[in-house]
This record gives sequence, C-alpha cells and structure tokens, in this order.
Amino acid sequence: MRSVGANARRKEGPEKVGGTAQYIDDYDIPGALFGVSVRSQVPAGRIKAVHFDPAFPWQECVVADARDIPGQNVVRLLGDDQPLLADGVIRHPFEPVLLVAHPDRATAWRALKHVRLEVEPEEPVFTMEDSLAKKRVIWGEDNVFKTITIKKGDCAAALAAAPVVVEGTYSVPHQEQAYIENQGMAAWFEGETLVVMGSLQCPYYVHKALQPIFALPPEKVRVLHCVTGGGFGGKEEYPNMLGGHAALLALKAKRPVKMIYDRLEDMLATTKRHPAVVRHRTGLTKDGRLLAQEIDIVMDGGAYMTLSPVVLSRGILHATGPYECPAVSVTARAVATNTPPNGAFRGFGAPQTLFAIEMHWEKIAAVLKKDSLELRRANAVKIGSVLATGQVLKESVSAAEVLEKTVKRVGWDKTKKAHARWNADAKKPTLRGLGLALVHHGAGFTGNGEDYLKSRAGVAVDRAGRVRVLAGSTEMGQGATSTLAQIVADALELPYDAVSVERPDTAKVPDSGPTVASRTTMVVGGLLRRAALDLKTALEAGGKLRGPAAFKAAAKRLCGTAPERRFLADYHRAAGSSFDDKNYVGDAYGCYGYAACAVELEVDKATYEVKLLRVVTAQDVGKAVNPGVVEGQIVGGSVQALGWALLENCVYKDGALQNPRLTDYVIPTALDVPDIDVIVVENPYSNGPFGAKGVGEMPMDVPGPAVAAALLAATGVLFTFLPILPERIQEALCSQEAA
Amino acid sequence: MIRLSVNGKRRSYAGHPFKRLLDVLREDFRLTGSKEGCGEGECGACSVLIDGEPVNSCLIPVGQLEGAKIETVESLGTPEKLGRLQKAFLEHGGAQCGICTPGMLVAAEAHRRCGGSTKRQALCRALAGNLCRCTGYKHIIESVAAALSGKR
Repeated sequence: MRSVGANARRKEGPEKVGGTAQYIDDYDIPGALFGVSVRSQVPAGRIKAVHFDPAFPWQECVVADARDIPGQNVVRLLGDDQPLLADGVIRHPFEPVLLVAHPDRATAWRALKHVRLEVEPEEPVFTMEDSLAKKRVIWGEDNVFKTITIKKGDCAAALAAAPVVVEGTYSVPHQEQAYIENQGMAAWFEGETLVVMGSLQCPYYVHKALQPIFALPPEKVRVLHCVTGGGFGGKEEYPNMLGGHAALLALKAKRPVKMIYDRLEDMLATTKRHPAVVRHRTGLTKDGRLLAQEIDIVMDGGAYMTLSPVVLSRGILHATGPYECPAVSVTARAVATNTPPNGAFRGFGAPQTLFAIEMHWEKIAAVLKKDSLELRRANAVKIGSVLATGQVLKESVSAAEVLEKTVKRVGWDKTKKAHARWNADAKKPTLRGLGLALVHHGAGFTGNGEDYLKSRAGVAVDRAGRVRVLAGSTEMGQGATSTLAQIVADALELPYDAVSVERPDTAKVPDSGPTVASRTTMVVGGLLRRAALDLKTALEAGGKLRGPAAFKAAAKRLCGTAPERRFLADYHRAAGSSFDDKNYVGDAYGCYGYAACAVELEVDKATYEVKLLRVVTAQDVGKAVNPGVVEGQIVGGSVQALGWALLENCVYKDGALQNPRLTDYVIPTALDVPDIDVIVVENPYSNGPFGAKGVGEMPMDVPGPAVAAALLAATGVLFTFLPILPERIQEALCSQEAA
Repeated sequence: MIRLSVNGKRRSYAGHPFKRLLDVLREDFRLTGSKEGCGEGECGACSVLIDGEPVNSCLIPVGQLEGAKIETVESLGTPEKLGRLQKAFLEHGGAQCGICTPGMLVAAEAHRRCGGSTKRQALCRALAGNLCRCTGYKHIIESVAAALSGKR
C-alpha cells in the first residue's frame, strides 16, 4: 500500500495525454471578449498623447486605461512601485499603457496597429554600470532596489594575510523561461465578485494583487487555477499583472474577457532570469584551503522591483558555494534599468552566484596547479560546518557524497587520461573535455519567509470516506498533485487512488503559499502529512481502522450530520532555528539539497560547435516521494541549464529583447542533449515529510559551471560568462593562437 | 467551401481560406488538443497529421486542404480509452506540464507509421521538431520506445 517511494501516476495525466486537459485558451467562455495590450515601445519617457486612428471601428471595442482603475494603480508584490497601466511615465519598452478588447481575436490584435502613443523620450539607463553610476536616477534615490551584506570573521585581515589571493569576475545573462504555453488569463464578475482564472503558479498572489486594484475585500475576489503549461518561475508574479488587465477590461466591458499572449509579446514583456556580475577575491593556503572569500554581486532587476530583493537574497546566500570558509564578506545589490522587469526563474538567484563560485574554483585550480576536484574535496561542507551566516549544518549534508558518486560514475581520472590522448592527436577533428561542478540549494523559502507566509494546508474527508487534498499549490507539470496525494495516502494508510486533489481555487482551498522555491513537497507536503495524521487520529477514536470498509464507517461517524470534515495544519518554524534578516545571521534555510554534475563534451575544431557526450549528475533530495517525478525534475532542470550554458542567448538593444521568438531564441531539442545519467541520493531531513527536502530548482544550478569547466579542459580557455556560443569559442581560441 | 476529413469524420469549412488549420481545428471544430506554442512552426505543439505526414498546423492555411485527411491527438485515444502511445507517456513520465504532449504524440505516431525504430538517435530525430521545456526529453524518448517495443 505504500505509495511514497513509488512511481504513482499523475492524477491529471490521462487528460494531458488524451488532449482534453483544459488550459486557459481551451476554455470557450460564452460572451467573452479578447483583450490585448498597447505597450510603450520606448524605454523611458513621458506620454504626451494617445492617438486613435479614426479609420478603425473603435465603437466595437472596449478601451481601458489607468483612469478606469477603481482602486490603486499598482501591481502589489514586495514594493508597490509597478503600475498596472502606465500613468504618464514610461520606464521600459513594453510598459502596458492601454488595454483593448474586441469580440473577435484577430480584430483585437489588429487594433494595436491603429493606436499611436506620443511620447517625449527621456535618457534611458540600460546597463548595471550606468545604473550604479547614477547616469540618471530612474528608481528611488540611487537606482538600487536592495543591498544585502553578509559578514563572517575579519575578511579584510584574512585576505591581507593569505599566502595566495585569486581574483575573478564572472557574468551570467538573462534567460527566458520559455514555457511552451504562453501566459493567459480570463476574468469576469459574478455579481460583485471578481473571478479570475488562468495559467499561474500562485493563486493567492493573484488574489492579494487584485484586491487593491479593484478596492475589493478578500471575499469578493476568487482566483482559479487552470491546467498550466509550464511556469519555471515565469508564472509566479506576472499573472498578477495579466489578471489585473483582464479584470479591468471585464469591469469596463461588463462581460468576460480573455487575454492570451502570443509568443512575441510573452517574450518581450514578461520576466526573465536576472543577469548578474559576480566578483570574487579569495584568500587560500598554498595547498588550497579557503581562508577568505570576498564577493561582490550585482543583479539587473529591470524597471521595477518585482521579486528582485528575494532573488538577490537567495543569490547572496548561495554565493560562497557549499564550502566552509573562516572569513567571508559578501555584498549584493539589485539595480534598476530601463528594461522589462526581471523576476523568478528556477533557481532564483542561486544559479547566477553558483556559476561564479564554481568557475572561480577552476581559476584557483589553474593558479595553484591542482585538480579542482581536490580543492572541492578539501573545502566542501560537512556536518558541523559553519556557513557564512553562522548557520551550523546539523543534518542531511551530502556535498561529499554527491561529489564522489558523480566522479565515480563518470570515471574522472580514466576519462581525463583518455581525453589527454585524444587531444594530443592532431588528426582528431575535435577537442574533448570533462568538467565538474558542486552546489547546494536551500530548501524552501529563504530566512523567515515561511514565517511570513504562515502557510496552511489540509485534508477533507466526506461521509463516503473520500479524502481530498486541500492546498493552494498548483500543478504546472512538476508533479505536485501526485506527490502531495502520495504523502497523504501514506499518512492515512490508504491506496493512492483513494486520495483526490482539489483544484486550486481561492474559494475552496486554504493559502498554502506560492508554488515556488522547491517548497511544495517539503513545506506543503509536511503540512498535509500533519493534517492527515490528525484526521487519522480522529478516525481512530473508535479503534484501529482495518480495511476500506472500516475507514468508510469511521468517516461517516466522524462527519456526523455534516457533509465533510476538514483538518488543517499551519506552518510553524522548527524549534531551535532562527534567522536575523536585518543582519543575515542564522539559519537561512532549514536544510540544503546538494548536487554535483560532470559534463563530458567535445568541440569541433573547424566549426567550434559543442557536442555534449555525457552528463552525469548526483542529487540529494532527502527522499524521492515519487522517483519518476524526481528524475523528471532533475533531467528537465539540467537540460534548461545546459540550454542556458550553450544555446540561449538573449540579445538586447535599447532595452528590448531582439530575438523574442523560439526561432531565434534557441532552447534545446531532443537532438541537443544526451541521455542525462541521474543518481538520486536520499539523505533524509528530519523536518521534511518522509525526509523529503525538495528538488525543483537545484538541477538548474549545477550543469552551467560544469559545461564551462569541461570547455576549459577541452580548450584551455576559462570562459567566465554564459552562454558559450561557437563564435565565442572561436574568438577565444583565435586570440589565444594569435598571442 | 472546403471539405476535409478530421479524425475520420467528414467536415466542411466555409470561412476565410487563409485561416490557419490550427485555428479552424480549435475554434470551428472545437478540437482543442492541438496547442499554439509559437505560431511560427518552431515548437511543434500544434503538430497534426495531414495525409499521414506530421505538419505544424499553425503554418497551414485551411484553403490548401480540400480533400485532405487530418488526424489530431484526439484520434489517438481518449482519457477513458487511451491509445498505446498515450498509455506509454502516462506510465513512463512522458508528459509533465502536458502542453507539448499532443504534438509529441502526433510526431511519435508519424514515426511509428514509418517503421518506428526504437534506436535513441532515430527517436531523437523523429521528435526534434517538437520542443519540450519540462522533461529534458529523456522520459519522452523512453515512453515512445516503450510503446513501440510493446513493453509496458
């Protein structure tokens, strides 16, 4: 009967493979208009006038602007700086200014060609350097959304005394989530209640964001989740904006409104991964032990704050890597530019800073003339290690285990020797290399995040003994539905099929927090397990339950005259842990996952194309509640990271993405990646349900630096940036030859 | 009037001849299994079979399809009675978010009909016109291989 640890089938699987699963654009909403957005097109300026082409049938359209907003013109998130619709001021090239709805979709799109904005341009700021230099102040007093520092020991003194000091600067670019289902939302009013439905990760984020816009109390706003075609962070915050737009048009039109972006608009206007520049100055002993880490991080937040402070927070907390160092000083800043806001993307700041530290190990290895593997072995955290925040690692530390398992599977020494022979043969058409990276990933929300969220989740049982999971966590492909049902089924000793999962709907499920930060299995799964155990205790009041008939009888007894009984559990921080989020001291995360990745590749000597030969990764997830789902997360996340490393190139000009299509923004196809070799490590966490500590984001952290390390091994060039395109390899090798 | 066969049923269409087959299927025939991911023939989420050939339905004006035989994901089975490929996707984790799945299944069906080699390279080539952002392709390839080799 145990379903935890088994490959339970996806609950929503039959509809997905049958082609009948209902994504937002598949709903035929009677009487609905189709909405589109008129955007600024210039990166910075002031709107002087809006001109409507008189030849277009505007009388058939509903047009809304900032003046139609009944409440506050704001997309509520961490700061209240982003307007729902531009109110005079333009801060990035795709700022929404007007909304247009028409009964016919094609006509609505056509309307966009018949509106012209007259804008008085202002001097834009596009780069992090210009922003920090206050070339023009475009946000707050100094263009800085957030500054965070972490201090451990006396870093300056330790650096001054260190026998070896190595410096390096590393940069990583934007990345597009490229979920295959574009963003889409629909909205309508039922009496005075606003109902919004769509493709989204966090129903309660949308619920909170809509209230100030429409000046409605919580009970007059209802948010429903649809089958969601991928999110990866991209549907964490943007649905707040798009839901607000659809709802504003619905309010004005007094009819339902559906807004579905096409790929172009989705890629131009919605959030991307934050680009980052990370500088390291590291003091070491001559044999490669860490003495001091001085790190400076700058991230480009785009035009509005959105989630930048928390992306920065996760970034800084992972900046030292999974290594112990006696003296650390890290400064991190997120700055404003006149580009569309950046936001959440799988890994959330950690892939950026982990790329830097892992590449820095390669640089250190070259300086010390040592194998970077040995340096990682010598410095990796273990039980009892103290992190930069002073957090003492007390349990479930697997840095060494994932490293050794990966190294063993890939045959580190043997493969390196084989590559040396291959590369020495001038007749071979390629250069081969093997590279390695090691990371950790904090499980769940950062610092006190979970305390602020106060998540709640639970189970319901009805008189017929049917059990339902009640959680605001959404299924977007990652397998949350089956995983949560498996946890509840085991807690109640029921078969998996006896547990169903309520559709996330703010009218029906409690706020179990956003579906982000690899927190669903660990945090929400943990709440559900507790709620299910409470239910079990209540059911067993009349004696131990033996078999389904006894369960049903007990459920009927428990419900009495009520149709169902609900058992809810609330989040409480684990005893003995604390975090000071002013000074960044303490237990930043309850626990960490650990992952290592080895990449074997070859570079064509004529075309500089990179072919991945082998990717091996060992990842510690605590407990694989559903091993198939876990492997799916690890492989899928790894391939996104391989795309970021080798293919995905966001080209910006004047603050706008120049390749906003899947034709010229290239993500991996089946031909671009090898069969990823996954080793799942299960080192349980005492506070996770059945030991689970989450998996969603970690696979994104580790292949990027492993690819760059493999290219270093193949070519002798230390690439300090991503993506490493063939033309970059050509430039590097040709300039090396010239020198 | 355009007359065509969709999933074995005779259908007619009397609208604009330049309307994309994808929109005709989704809006006029209410067959929403085929999805739009990019609208320019890059992602394959809208893949259907036209006279047995896998084609991006977002690139085909319906006016070209007089007398054509169209097969969509809905022709492969229903959630209640899944076809062999669909079952294999369910069993082997071939579908995560599911948005690319209809197109993947159609591409896999086309591959099955032209011999259906279960060699990894052949499967990757057969599916290379269909983008998936969730799975990293491993479980999709395993699903198709399992369906074609007849094991569960």
